[in-house]
Amino acid sequence: MKRIYLDHGATTPLHPEVLEAMLPYFGQVFGNPSSVHSFGREARRALDESREKTALALGAAPEEIIFTSGGTEANNLAIQGVAEALSARGRHLITSAVEHHAVLDTVKALGKRGYAVTLLPVDGCGMVNPGDLKQAIRDDTVLVSVMTANNEIGTVQPIEDLARICRERGVYFHTDAVQAIGNIPLNLKEWPVDLLSLSAHKFYGPKGVGALFVRRGTKLAKLAFGGGQERKMRPGTENLPGIVGLAKAIELAVTDIPARSTSMAALRDHLIASLMEQIEKVRLNGHPVQRLPGNVNVSVSYVEGESLLLDLDLKGIAASSGSACTSGSLEASHVLMACGLDHQTAHGSLRLTLGHGNTLEEVDYTVATLKESVARLRGMSSLYKSYRREVDKSRHAGEETICITKK
Amino acid sequence: MYNEKVMDHFQNPRNAGEMLKPSGVGEVGNMKCGDIMKIFIKVENDHIVDINFLTFGCGAAIASSSVLTEMVKGKTLDEAMAVTNMDVANQLGGLPEAKLHCSNLAADALHKAIADYRSKNLSA
Repeated sequence: MKRIYLDHGATTPLHPEVLEAMLPYFGQVFGNPSSVHSFGREARRALDESREKTALALGAAPEEIIFTSGGTEANNLAIQGVAEALSARGRHLITSAVEHHAVLDTVKALGKRGYAVTLLPVDGCGMVNPGDLKQAIRDDTVLVSVMTANNEIGTVQPIEDLARICRERGVYFHTDAVQAIGNIPLNLKEWPVDLLSLSAHKFYGPKGVGALFVRRGTKLAKLAFGGGQERKMRPGTENLPGIVGLAKAIELAVTDIPARSTSMAALRDHLIASLMEQIEKVRLNGHPVQRLPGNVNVSVSYVEGESLLLDLDLKGIAASSGSACTSGSLEASHVLMACGLDHQTAHGSLRLTLGHGNTLEEVDYTVATLKESVARLRGMSSLYKSYRREVDKSRHAGEETICITKK
Repeated sequence: MYNEKVMDHFQNPRNAGEMLKPSGVGEVGNMKCGDIMKIFIKVENDHIVDINFLTFGCGAAIASSSVLTEMVKGKTLDEAMAVTNMDVANQLGGLPEAKLHCSNLAADALHKAIADYRSKNLSA
């Protein structure tokens, strides 16, 4: 069976050039970068070059890059590290209601350790309002963390505006850019961002490696203790094959972003339009325009997300959902709930995330397959039967997607 | 994630659909968990002679509704009342731990349908 991968928001396949770049570091170049001898020196050289490449791709300086085990560790280091370093100055943290759990749960954990936490609300499209941030900043606020782009609904936040507000108020600003790298142009020379997290496997790099950008002069406490690696901020022998892979992947990812994201966004918009045209009662979640070029998130009324995923998987199509059944918890997606969706709509959510390899044929096959699955599942859904009865009583139009600002 | 038997019932659900003029109807579930099950029964001589289900829910919810209808068709009402959610899960050869408590409600819906029938036929 032909398989179609539409879950690039979860992870991406390794780029062949990245694999090629990494291979020597699993073999002949095995030295420890901290060693004095020639084996160590060649490893050190690769580490330094990787740091330079990564910095260049972000518009940062090499000494501003700390390699980590991934996005989760980078987020933890940024938030816990700033909170601890500035705990004498203040103990108030601000983040948004739609963050990845690596941010949200880190902030909530600090909330249990005596920090005050403000969660910024979002509008119906998942967007943070800069005015809300202005009001939320207090004298004792030490860090604001808002993601660059949302992993579930793809909404791209007004990061420059949010960061500027923080800069003016003298508060550190961190952004989780895990989903954004390679999808939207990002330049840390222009963005007044103090800390930024990224993860290699989201942009065709290897799993198990990420980085935290820490602007020069930013106060940060380390979380783990050991050797003096990574400017004494992140002890442990470096994951050199992974770091070399991350550097190669980010170099490729930031090349030609406007052209690549324009063609991917065209495919995304075709997918969205086809779903809305061919299946009744489909709602687009997230922002219609300010969204990642590969992200499609829809709610299909009267069916449940996991059932849709199972049907698609049986036909070889890989997708994901914000349904409680797929989250590992018993709750529907906190992101969709923060956007004001009701439980039923959140349970019927389906995320399709495109990658560079996806084709128009794949997208059209997916829409056709989904249409069949929705018809099958609605055929045994009591909610759909009730809806049809109501429709038969009084015809009413399909829902439109509009951004409703919550008061 | 699911075993073959669960996937079979998910892909080829038995007795799915709405029943016209049922003897009893039972509905359980809540929207927060994302599972709503409705069971329709036709009762003759104290036996379930026909049964249908409508389910909004995950794979486990659909499969457990489907297998339940097979388990109780032809049974007496007392026999059907004795079937538990755990019996349904066992008949499916097991369900993932997380699904046992949220999506495994088919027997509850059946019991409600039987109670509905009995309340309408108090003389019986």
